[in-house]
Amino acid sequence: MAMNTQGRPTTPIAGPDTAAPETFTGNRGLHIEEALIFETGRRDVTGVDVDDPGPFTPRLGGHARTAPIGLPGLTEPEAMRHYVRLSRQNYAIDLGLYPLGSCTMKHNPRLNEKLARLPGFADVHPLQPLSTVPGAVDLIAELGRWLLELTGMASVAMSPKAGAHGEYCGMAAIKAAIAARGETRSIVLVPESAHGTNPATAAALGFKVVPVPARADGTVDPEAVKARLSPEVAAIMLTNPNTCGLFERDVVAIAEAVHAAGAYFYADGANFNAIVGKVRPGDLGVDAMHINLHKTFSTPHGGGGPGAGPVVLSEKLAPFAPVPFVRFNPDGSGEFVETRRQAGETATPFGRITAFHGQMGMFVRALAHMMSHGADGLRQASEDAVLSANYVKARLADVMTVAFPDRPAMHEVLFDDRFLEGTGVTTLDFAKAMIDEGYHPMTMYFPLVVHGAMLIEPTESESKASLDQFVGTLRHLAEKAKAGGVADFKAAPRHAPRRRLDETRAARQPKLVWSDPAEETRAEAAE
Amino acid sequence: MARLYTKDHEWIDVAGSIATVGITDYAQAQLGDVVFVELPDAGRAVTKGGDAAVVESVKAASDVFSPVDGTVTEANQALADTPALVNEAPEGDGWFFKVELSGDADLADLMDAAAYKAYTDAL
Repeated sequence: MAMNTQGRPTTPIAGPDTAAPETFTGNRGLHIEEALIFETGRRDVTGVDVDDPGPFTPRLGGHARTAPIGLPGLTEPEAMRHYVRLSRQNYAIDLGLYPLGSCTMKHNPRLNEKLARLPGFADVHPLQPLSTVPGAVDLIAELGRWLLELTGMASVAMSPKAGAHGEYCGMAAIKAAIAARGETRSIVLVPESAHGTNPATAAALGFKVVPVPARADGTVDPEAVKARLSPEVAAIMLTNPNTCGLFERDVVAIAEAVHAAGAYFYADGANFNAIVGKVRPGDLGVDAMHINLHKTFSTPHGGGGPGAGPVVLSEKLAPFAPVPFVRFNPDGSGEFVETRRQAGETATPFGRITAFHGQMGMFVRALAHMMSHGADGLRQASEDAVLSANYVKARLADVMTVAFPDRPAMHEVLFDDRFLEGTGVTTLDFAKAMIDEGYHPMTMYFPLVVHGAMLIEPTESESKASLDQFVGTLRHLAEKAKAGGVADFKAAPRHAPRRRLDETRAARQPKLVWSDPAEETRAEAAE
Repeated sequence: MARLYTKDHEWIDVAGSIATVGITDYAQAQLGDVVFVELPDAGRAVTKGGDAAVVESVKAASDVFSPVDGTVTEANQALADTPALVNEAPEGDGWFFKVELSGDADLADLMDAAAYKAYTDAL
């Protein structure tokens, strides 16, 4: 037998397992150390060959650019690799459980993606005459109908582009309604546990924000609301379930008190995922609520796609919805009202807040999610989301500290840092250690109503096996912290592309624009 | 006059008709690294318990309330460039602003150092 003795070994070579040495490239195996595109790009390279236009007379007067434009030049494979390499350093819902509380990082079903890529939806242009895209108009109207059915509200504005934009739209409608009554009300009540966008929205519209303190059980006290109501109060902005993951049981009493004072009830729909098919916000006395299609209705977000924040409005606020809006005809069909004049005498839109009709691609995905789940499926998704959060709560209650243990959690569960007392480990250290274990950290230090908050929202997307591995990891970390493992926590993350960053210096001395080091050197030499 | 403290973690030194205000060592420890301080302009009227300044740390932004009624005479401009002073010397060089009191200051509800320590120990 002629045997090849130079063969490739097929078993691992046993040997001393020393720490990984520094590599020549800075890459670590398939983890590529990627520079900024301005650093890899050159000025003399382009990925596209454009013919020299030959001699011509510029007609730009004195406005033609004379200095180099400063864009990096890369070949197509270089540009492709740059972004693919960066994407490999990212964390995404397609990679793993994403427990970011109040963000509803749920799976984005592939069916939605398939339908959104149908040419009739994907290739429409916002400037096309509406008569040439009746299918797209029908889809938007149908999605609007589902949103009204699920929320029990009278009217819907589809165009807002994200949650905070929806908030702005809803609060602008409230402001318009108050102005139409000939009143000027300047105050908006916002509970302590609110999303930061709520006071920001109110302030952006010129309202003065008055905070409402939380009760010891993490919910809003209707008496505290009543004590702050006056003819100066325009609205309350309330999230239900709130950011402590608790259902506001007194929401109806709060709504009645707010209405009795002549004010409006804005609900932040960011946490709608907990109650779809269970509670209709319209029945709770809500006057306006945005719906994050990119949370509740499974369209991508967090770097995966744009948000979409339709706003549902009560009967009282419906006339003030911005254009364009969908008007439903008696035969059930929908049509877009594009201008104030078209709106007729019954409606007085406060204006227009986006150029076009909204995020078409997200509308297709959201309606696909609704129709593929059906009414019963949407209800079950909410139930499963709540069940997941309560499972996490139950499995961790003995090693971590649940902030409000006596109330059932809704779609998310809030822990505080009492379980870390005396260990030297902080919430931040704990979150960084999760990165080493391959998890995106939970929302931390928010809401501000508890110390060292850790807000976990597992969503309905996770299997029991996935949740078990997650709670197993957190149990391990909690026990390790209590057993004196503080040094490992302070050193985390060890396995991420970067170790711990200096957030303080980044905030105190922000460097927001890349500058060419070579040019900086030249400028210094010239001085 | 000895330094006094509020339940919202401001301190105040009153000397004649001028009061100096800052945030306490306990407050800076809770906030973490301070990255930005927004100070009132001289001439601004402040009211007891009303917003007067904003302090922003890597964790959160917080309002700083005036413990007295009066008019701001001076803000500590050093904090604009060196917000770290709030962490390093909260009850010294990290003071926030000075107020000219309007009338007699109502200081009855403020705490002395011992009472404030007992208050924060219980938090």
